[in-house]
Amino acid sequence: MRFGIVVFPGSNCDEDCHHVAKDLLGCEADYIWHHDTDLKGADAVILPGGFAYGDYLRAGALARFSPVMESVAAFAKKGGPVLGICNGFQVLLEAGLLPGAMQINRGLRYVCRDVTMRVENDATPFTSLYSKGSLVTMPIGHMEGNYTAPPETLDLLERDGRVVFRYCDREGRPTDAANPNGAARNIAGICNREGNVVGLMPHPDRCAEALLGNDAGVKMFASAVAAMAAR
Amino acid sequence: MITEEVIREHNLSDEEYARIQEILGREPNLVELGIFSAMWSEHCSYKSSRIHLKKFPTTGPRVIQGPGENAGVVDIGGGLAVAFKMESHNHPSFIEPYQGAATGVGGILRDVFTMGARPMASLNSLRFGRLDAPRMKHLVDGVVRGIAGYGNCIGIPTLGGETTFHKGYDGNILVNVMNVGIVPSDRIFLGRAEGAGNPVVYVGSKTGRDGIHGATMASEEFAADEASQKRPTVQVGDPFTEKLLMEACLELFRTDAVVGIQDMGAAGLTSSSFEMAGRAGSGVEIDLSKVPVRETGMTPYEIMLSESQERMLLVARRDRLDEVLAIFHKWELDAVEIGRVTDSGRVVLFFEGRIVADLPAAPLSDRAPVYDRPRTPLAPGAGPFRWREEPEPPDYAACLKQILASPNVAEKSWIWTQYDHMVQSNTVQRPGGDAAVMRVKGTTKGIAMKSDVNPFFCAFDPYRGGAIAVAEAARSIAATGARPVAITDCLNFGNPEKPEVMAQFEAAVRGIADACRALEVPVVSGNVSLYNETDGRAIPPTPTVGMVGLMEDVGKHVRVAFRRAGDLVAVLGDTRDELGASEFLRTVRGRDEGPCPEVDLDAEKRLVDLLATLAERGIVASMHDVSDGGLAVALAECAMQGGLGATLSLEPGVRMSAFLFGETTGRAVVSFAPEHEAAARALAKEKGVPFAAAGWVGGDRLTISAGSRAVIDEPVATLTELWRTAFARALESADVL
Repeated sequence: MRFGIVVFPGSNCDEDCHHVAKDLLGCEADYIWHHDTDLKGADAVILPGGFAYGDYLRAGALARFSPVMESVAAFAKKGGPVLGICNGFQVLLEAGLLPGAMQINRGLRYVCRDVTMRVENDATPFTSLYSKGSLVTMPIGHMEGNYTAPPETLDLLERDGRVVFRYCDREGRPTDAANPNGAARNIAGICNREGNVVGLMPHPDRCAEALLGNDAGVKMFASAVAAMAAR
Repeated sequence: MITEEVIREHNLSDEEYARIQEILGREPNLVELGIFSAMWSEHCSYKSSRIHLKKFPTTGPRVIQGPGENAGVVDIGGGLAVAFKMESHNHPSFIEPYQGAATGVGGILRDVFTMGARPMASLNSLRFGRLDAPRMKHLVDGVVRGIAGYGNCIGIPTLGGETTFHKGYDGNILVNVMNVGIVPSDRIFLGRAEGAGNPVVYVGSKTGRDGIHGATMASEEFAADEASQKRPTVQVGDPFTEKLLMEACLELFRTDAVVGIQDMGAAGLTSSSFEMAGRAGSGVEIDLSKVPVRETGMTPYEIMLSESQERMLLVARRDRLDEVLAIFHKWELDAVEIGRVTDSGRVVLFFEGRIVADLPAAPLSDRAPVYDRPRTPLAPGAGPFRWREEPEPPDYAACLKQILASPNVAEKSWIWTQYDHMVQSNTVQRPGGDAAVMRVKGTTKGIAMKSDVNPFFCAFDPYRGGAIAVAEAARSIAATGARPVAITDCLNFGNPEKPEVMAQFEAAVRGIADACRALEVPVVSGNVSLYNETDGRAIPPTPTVGMVGLMEDVGKHVRVAFRRAGDLVAVLGDTRDELGASEFLRTVRGRDEGPCPEVDLDAEKRLVDLLATLAERGIVASMHDVSDGGLAVALAECAMQGGLGATLSLEPGVRMSAFLFGETTGRAVVSFAPEHEAAARALAKEKGVPFAAAGWVGGDRLTISAGSRAVIDEPVATLTELWRTAFARALESADVL
């Protein structure tokens, strides 16, 4: 199993993802510089968090033009698993690999804290080890996580079960108070129609070890390993 | 033409100008005068503080690099070392809070990665005025956003800090930022221009007209209406470029193509070139025409004094220059050979083919003026202490609530949730504990970090206040299970030309030095910020201490929160009849009165040893240092963080308000499983620390009885709600931004 971790100038969670893939799960993991077009034989590609190009324009708006993104799009089209975390999710939206867009958090501030989410789709290659309806806690850390899309797109996502994670309270209710950024319908993560491209705002890479207080996120990486083994 | 007016504009005294003439044997030209002015500014030369700073202990078995370099470095074993430093960005932040604070973060990060270290964690120590003072809400918001904007973008977690509010900072806020990095102990880089013939390379952002004379500005006091006029001397930060610069430098350090490197911080190209040559006893020749500039028509004077951010000066090995340039070009950064190292002992600057400055390198630092400024005797014991005559308050629970809701004690998650405190996935203890704890990947080790000073104590007794800052930092570090290793400091004071301010400075330094000796924690780096005055009013003396501690097994770290119902609670250390300078006096009584609590450094050392040992042996479930707000607040924090109540009964021995809310030093609250009671008690006895069994954890109320009388009995949920929301509410209810 080989993870390819894309590094844009300004990515800053690339090493965190590498640590989970390689040090914790014992997989192969390569960094892929944004100028490269060779994915180095990756079985799964991760677009990590950070501030690609400083996010000075709009999060992900410049990164989508990096040469590596054409290769990522081709890889996704062939069914390869692609995971975008936080800034990586924003890049996937800007690149059109996932529908919708991000706005600045409704509180107009950066927010770093734990959130609770309900697993809405456990059929993707990154969520197969979770069970639908279960609750997971992961940290967020972003300024632009206020997911938005036209109502018909949102309806389509709901209808096709493409909402993967939804912010909720500790009883599993998607309340407004449990929504940290104002995201439409409390959406924390979504996938493409085929289910192989997944994006989410929370950071599974930051909660993969008991020493750090939470290991709920490691299953996202482990799910990909299981999915690859099953192929 | 150097007129008296020009000399005055450069903040140089007549004596200082005479010294310049004597060093040169001639009149300086304007470029040279600008260079002297920057290098001899208080900010760069430490001319008022230097003789006092010599009192600090700066050596120890772990010290690899003491003060004088970009950052201090201490060995943590296993081939690794920690590089760290704290620095102020007070004046720029008061003028333009976002950029002032942001570039403060950028500067301290460069100081750390210049040493070859990867920055791992930032802390900040913030002092604001009253929330309803003019501009204050704007300043709080801007500073927090600035720290967040820079640190979050570059991807270095902001793990902790402290924020206090007092009218003494209404006209002069303090922004002290600290960074801690990790470096292989055999790969430490220094700011030295060695090896005649080696190329001098400029890397990073282009040079603009921003921040010209920032160092000089930081060495003056303000008049109230002046702040807005000073805006052009504040720099603008670009964390994205700094991220590229940091990654490029760290990549470069993995080669051995670099001889020396220094950040262009205060006084930009001037301080970096002169200090690098001065330290190595060499000289440099630089062609200023080759410096990448942001706009046309920049003069040599402007190029030398610009404080544009995200720039470094380095000396490469002669035969490895291409390799160095290639790394920076890969990261799409400017990297230009602008000169070479010589053995002339002089810094010679060229511009468009002619010499524009020719100065001896070492004398600019070595012969910088040093002042033993006059000091008035302090009278720390002097009253009035009217609180001593006041009757006891009727309702202690109401007092507790009032203190928990005060901006100084209330939970500051409004601030730290705006900071990314988790990136790099090393955060073991997030903000809100006694000290931040991070693990060191690839080892079992943990690093604890804490910034601390109680300016209210320092205002009444700067000696004790300085000593207590060190003691309290050590106690907080030990309460996580780590052992203190070393400190950095950031000494914020008023105008040193005033004898009372200089007396405060001298006393605080002596206090820090004595505490460092007693606790065996050397000072390895630091910064002095003077002239923190507006309209002639100085800030309270604020000698901030930034401490780093080490635990060999990070898995044994301990938190503040009570963990299990049924655990026993004990108070360690004695409580004295002290209420002076407490949050209780300020908030409940409305009295800004002393005296500063006493400090017993031997007792502090024993307590620190006890706390660390309790953690190492796995005896305790929770530990918390007793500080702001006193014992009742400390117990409430354990309960609120754990979401568990406690039933506690103690013999006060002193007046009830002092027992509950006095800020006697040298105390901590611990909890442990009943089966560990004998071990905890025996260990406390062995270490010579008073141990008082107080009760047990459980239920959903915090009940504190003194003798047979319940003096506090409140639902933990009520206290928690108040404590968690008070700060945001106080900000919202203050005036418009």
